[in-house]
Amino acid sequence: MAEEILLMKGNEAVAHAAIRCGCDGYFGYPITPQSEILETLAAEKPWETTGMVVLQAESEVASINMLYGGGGAGKRVMTSSSSPGVALMQEGLAYMAGAEIPGLIVNVQRGGPGLGTIQPSQGDYFQATRGGGNGDYYLIVLAPSSVQEMADFVDLSFELAFKYRIPVMMLSDGVIGQVMEKVVLPPFKPRRTEEEIIASCPWASTGRKAGRPINVITSLELQPEAMEKHNHHLQAKYDEIRKNEVRIEETMTDDADYLIVAFGSAARIAQKAIDDLRKEGIRVGLLRPITLWPFPYDRICELSTKVKGILTFEINAGQMVEDVRLAVEGRTPVTHYGKMGGIVPTPEEVIATLKDHFHITQ
Amino acid sequence: MERNDIIAPENLVYKKPTLLNDTDMHYCPGCSHGVVHKLIAEVIEEMGIEEKAVGVSPVGCAVFAYKYIDIDWQEAAHGRAPAIATAIKRLWPDRLVFTYQGDGDLACIGTAETIHALNRGENIAIIFINNAIYGMTGGQMAPTTLMGMKTATCPYGRQADLHGYPLKITEIAATLEGTCFVSRQSVHSVAAIRKAKRAIRQAFENSVNRRGSSLVEIVSTCSSGWKKTPIEANQWMEEHMFEYYHLGDLKSI
Repeated sequence: MAEEILLMKGNEAVAHAAIRCGCDGYFGYPITPQSEILETLAAEKPWETTGMVVLQAESEVASINMLYGGGGAGKRVMTSSSSPGVALMQEGLAYMAGAEIPGLIVNVQRGGPGLGTIQPSQGDYFQATRGGGNGDYYLIVLAPSSVQEMADFVDLSFELAFKYRIPVMMLSDGVIGQVMEKVVLPPFKPRRTEEEIIASCPWASTGRKAGRPINVITSLELQPEAMEKHNHHLQAKYDEIRKNEVRIEETMTDDADYLIVAFGSAARIAQKAIDDLRKEGIRVGLLRPITLWPFPYDRICELSTKVKGILTFEINAGQMVEDVRLAVEGRTPVTHYGKMGGIVPTPEEVIATLKDHFHITQ
Repeated sequence: MERNDIIAPENLVYKKPTLLNDTDMHYCPGCSHGVVHKLIAEVIEEMGIEEKAVGVSPVGCAVFAYKYIDIDWQEAAHGRAPAIATAIKRLWPDRLVFTYQGDGDLACIGTAETIHALNRGENIAIIFINNAIYGMTGGQMAPTTLMGMKTATCPYGRQADLHGYPLKITEIAATLEGTCFVSRQSVHSVAAIRKAKRAIRQAFENSVNRRGSSLVEIVSTCSSGWKKTPIEANQWMEEHMFEYYHLGDLKSI
């Protein structure tokens, strides 16, 4: 049978993908611009089909702690929110990181700081890639740039979350969450049985079977030596992830004189800018980090020796540009272009910035 | 009769539950936590549900409850235990899922999680230790601190104009449609311990049988925080705490 092509919003695609990829539970609190995720799940009633639990929590604080509980009990659990709501979840995320609990957090970003605006933004880059809560930890951060990727990254997130016992954030934004595009939903995959969960998550608090030691999900350790050891264990895991899980997409970087680095919806705008610049004979390439953490430092470092300049384009005041500069280490000029108030920049603005900054007169 | 004749197995009339391990407890002399821990272990063992029990420990003196009772546990962020228990129970519906929380955890920072889990009728049991003080952090005012009671953060006594009033969250819980069993007990005497055990058993059976939310408050002593001997603390609790926090079942359906 041919794949069914559907037209839907990114938020709706996440909900359908969750049901299809064996998600056990969704816990969330309404906030614009992502409420369609919970609304779609409520309308689909997956508890009657796959057995997936869907619960509207009393707050984002409760939602993330429901992820702690469900993930700590070995289940595939997820939540979604938007920027101010994700700010509320940071305590729980730090606890999940410390206790090594898998889970998926979808952040459909809006402008900030504070209550900000309901319009799209990429202003949570720092919060997502620097841990966000207390202590030395990272989340794996995936940045979808299409409705298709919002659907595809649900299963990928769960795979990574359980492989490394780490919370994974899908860092989307109000553009990708709200835009309607063609999408092919992932194939149905059954939820794991209780026996499969107990076998594949021997660390989970599922009820102690006679003969095995108790499982305790905790981030607490008062002995400094043991706490240090646990942190070394976490850092070794992060090194492993840095080594294995960097994901990028490159467009026309082979012969590029200039490079644009952009993620998520900004990468879509940058793509149009590059197409237009190429028509003018200006050789510009695009590097789109798909994982924002781990960040593609090595590849950007490599490309920085080949190009005359790099423009980092983000819908924020300049956050990822700090990582680009860390990768480039001064080898080539780096600049940033962005907007912050919920205004989505146009390809023309990107083109003008590139030409102006690098004095391209063509 | 020699000593060995007396301690012969056939003469054994009492032993601690095997789920309660031999780890030295960190609780102070006279503290109620140790007795309540023992009751929980006894009830789980008597119900024969060791393999299906998952506890959620709080931030507070009972943060290390998982070191003493040999079942699976999750250690919660301060106040969030009912949210964590909600997810575990919904995702593993045949498990006994209970939280073990103090007054600061349950009735202050976690009030929203407590009220909403109970109001949704989550099939969990909440064991609520109310000693009217923050024990672990060193004796600060709790939401349940009595009027006039002195703590490190109300050193001249709790006053309504400065601190508001002691919160009867158990009475609030009894008004919620989602609760099926709400009880207030204590463990200061053998008779009280027997009643408290019955209440814990009822709450745990409700969780297993998915009858709705249960809350069992244990009015407790904190001899260190109250700066009293264990005996004085028990007397003070009987004279002052029981006057405000009346013992008995508030709701049982």
